[in-house]
Parts: sequence; structure tokens; C-alpha cells
Amino acid sequence: MAEASYPEKLHYHAEHDWALLDGDVATFGITWFAQDALGEVVFFDPPEVGSTVTANEFYAEVESVKAVSDVIAPLSGEIVEVNTALADAPEAINEEPYDGGWMVKVKLSDPAEVDSLLDRETYVSGL
Amino acid sequence: MTSPTLKRTALYDCHREAGAKLVGFAGWEMPIQYDEGIRSEHLAVRSRTGIFDVSHMGEVEVSGPDAEAFLQHIHSNDVAGLPVGGAQYSLLCNEDGGVLDDLFTYRLSPDRYLTVTNAANHETDFAWMRSHAEAFDVEVTDAQDAYAMLAVQGPTAREIVQAIADGPLPARMTAARGIVFGRSALICGTGYTGEDGVELLVEPADAAAMWDEIVRRGAVPAGLAARDTLRLEACFHLYGNDLSTDCNPIEAGLGWACKEQTHFIGSDAVRAAREAGPQRKLVPFKLTGPGIARAGNPVVGGGEVTSGTLSPSLGIGIGMAYLPVTRATVGETFEIDVRGKTRPAIVAAKPLYRHPDKETDG
Repeated sequence: MAEASYPEKLHYHAEHDWALLDGDVATFGITWFAQDALGEVVFFDPPEVGSTVTANEFYAEVESVKAVSDVIAPLSGEIVEVNTALADAPEAINEEPYDGGWMVKVKLSDPAEVDSLLDRETYVSGL
Repeated sequence: MTSPTLKRTALYDCHREAGAKLVGFAGWEMPIQYDEGIRSEHLAVRSRTGIFDVSHMGEVEVSGPDAEAFLQHIHSNDVAGLPVGGAQYSLLCNEDGGVLDDLFTYRLSPDRYLTVTNAANHETDFAWMRSHAEAFDVEVTDAQDAYAMLAVQGPTAREIVQAIADGPLPARMTAARGIVFGRSALICGTGYTGEDGVELLVEPADAAAMWDEIVRRGAVPAGLAARDTLRLEACFHLYGNDLSTDCNPIEAGLGWACKEQTHFIGSDAVRAAREAGPQRKLVPFKLTGPGIARAGNPVVGGGEVTSGTLSPSLGIGIGMAYLPVTRATVGETFEIDVRGKTRPAIVAAKPLYRHPDKETDG
């Protein structure tokens, strides 16, 4: 697992999730801190495309060898894509949490929710 | 983050140096895994050799003219049938046949035994043994602080330890005192991984030097998490998960470790359970689809998972579950409610993983 990193361009949720905005679509994933705490991820159970997610609520499960954890949605909206590559290679969540380890893409229902998320500096200072 | 009241083993500094993640476990600050991670540690034990610090396990020494009679009274197995130098698995049962702990006992001499307890049960086991010792001419001693315990496990484990031992290593399920790396050790041909290897009971002051040398010779430090996935693949019970006072040895599949004719505490209840036949049975299972079942997940139609993980060797979800006896047959399919999702599973034979070139040993 690589060194800790928290890209500037992301928006952070205090529960160790990130969102990358592209217009009214956001990509979600978990942070370096989250994957490190979890240990080796061995299974990712994605939600279905078309289902809705609500900010601060669980939308998926990620399992390491030892434990299962819920993944919290940083923002609300409708799932438009899930990272199907994680079915065969869930370890991407550990190896590249901000790239190959992305989890879902969501069409945001309320883009203004972004204001409630943390910037890199604020998130990292809370770790 | 860890509480200052946690006890540390003699190998604490070795763990820190090896990059261990340390967690509280049964009152001890123990390595759950090292830098390389659980899977890599697990596979190292299956293909080469791993070394575990299991110094949190407790030891109780029983000695005196009535040592055999006393242990026969409290242990479920036939202690009289255990030769000097032998190792024996047995259960500690209460009067109702409920399982208080599972134990390994080594007969050190005709009237001296060492029993290894689970860390979480050590104090209650010791109190239990003490409280039943009055009628016997024995001395029951808490020897937990007298020993550090290293488990060296894997296909090349014996080779590594043999190279620094002053004589031949004891065979499987036997134990002997010997010299390892110039230091005295009780060398035991036992383990909890399904691989060959030895467990070394040594003076705490000698443990770090021995650990370092065995690691230098190629053993991979492995943590409690890998120990758990390894034991589950081998279908060894974990007390607190698969065993408790709420289950009897027969339904747990441990009738073989109970010799009711020795009249151990709980033997009447165990005999009755054996004669009546179990209502439920502990079985190993494999998931036939995606997902991982965990301890506490209910079985659809009755039953419960007591241990569950992803098998690093097999790449699928595995575990043990109590099933109604009518469904507890190898090959029977069933479903597990994994956090609201139904996951198909099949009752499997023991062990869930067997070393490819190993035909009979288990």
C-alpha cells in the first residue's frame, strides 16, 4: 500500500469518503485513511445502477479479510455507473483509492450539498 | 490509541520493528498483522513458514502424586492414556456439559503436566481448576508469566527450527524439552494452522533472540488475523466463536475428545447428549457465490454462522455454522442471511483446505 495521500481536487466527507465533481455527476470512493484502516479489501458489494443514494447514508459494503464496513455517500443522487472492475480486483481500493478504486458515479440531486463537504486541509487536520 | 492497561508479550519490540498493527486482544496488545498484510502472511504459512507470537495463551502447570487423577477429573479426554512426552487436545466442561474452554495438555513427566489455555479464558480456567483441586494431592500453578510461546508453522518450519536445535525435533503431537538457538525450550509438535511445524514454550527473556533468529532464517512474522484464517481453513474450533458454554461437545463435533468412561466433570451430560444425538451440528461450509459470511449471520431456516471469512487459499467465503442436524450433511446446500442479502452455501468436508501433497494428515 502506497504512502498516505489526499488529492487537492477532491471533496472529503468526515467518514473518510471522497467525491470528485464533474458537472452534476460525482465519482465516489474511500480515502487512503479508510483503506488503510480497513486492511486488504477482498470484496466490494456495489449498489445497483439506477438506485438512489442519500448523503450521510450507507450505499455499499466493502469487506476486508477481517471485517465488513459500510460505505457512506458523501452526496445524494442516482447511481449512473458502478466500478465493475472491483468485482475481480477489489484490491484496487487499497492500491489506488482515488483512481482504479473508485466505487460509483452519481448524478447529483442537490449539487449544493457539496458545500457541506470538507476540503483537503480540513479533512486531513481531523485525522 | 491502545489502553495502557493492556499486557505486552516479551516480543513486543520485535513486533514494533516488524511493522505490526497492534490491537487489544483478551487483555493483551497483540500483532493483528504486519506490513505485508494478512493474505501474504497466510500464504507464507501455506507455502513456506510463518512465525506467530502466541504468548497471550495461558499455561497452567499441574504436578503432584494425583496430577493424573485430577486432570482426568476435569479434562474431557483420557489423560491416563497420555504418555510422557505426549500432547493431547481436550475440553474443559461444566457440569451441564457446556464447554468452558478447549485446551492442549502436555505430559512433561509421570506426575507433571502443562496445560495451555485460551487467553480470554485463562483466569476462569485457572480458578475452575483450583476450585476442583481440593480433594487431590496436587499443586495447580498459574504459569502464564513463566512462558513466552512462539508458533513456527509451515512446510519448511521444521527445517528452519531443526537447523538451530541441538537434537531431533519431537514428532507431531509430542513434546520434548530441548535446546533451540542455545536456549532451553519446551518444543511441541503442535499448531493451529493445518500445517506441520512446532510451538516453542520458552522463558520470556529468551523469546526475542529466538524470534529474531527464526525470522532471519526465513520465517515470515504472521499476526492473529492470519492465524484465524489459517485455523478456519483447517477447521479448528475457536473458543468464543464455535465453542461456548451454550454448546455441548457432541454438536460441536468434538465427541472424539470426550471419554465419558473417565467420569470427567460434565461426562454424564455429554453421555446423555451423545446417546440422544445432536439437534444441531457444527459444519464447515463454502459459499458458492460472491460474498463473505461472518460470525452471527443467521442461516435461512435455522442455524447460525459462528466463524466466517474469505479463504485466502481458496479465494471464496468459508466458515463454520451450526445447522439443524437434518441439514448438516456434506453436499447439502443452504442459504445464509448476510446483512440482508441471501448468499448460497454448501456444507463441505473437513478440512476446508488441505495441503496439495498431504493425503491423510489433518
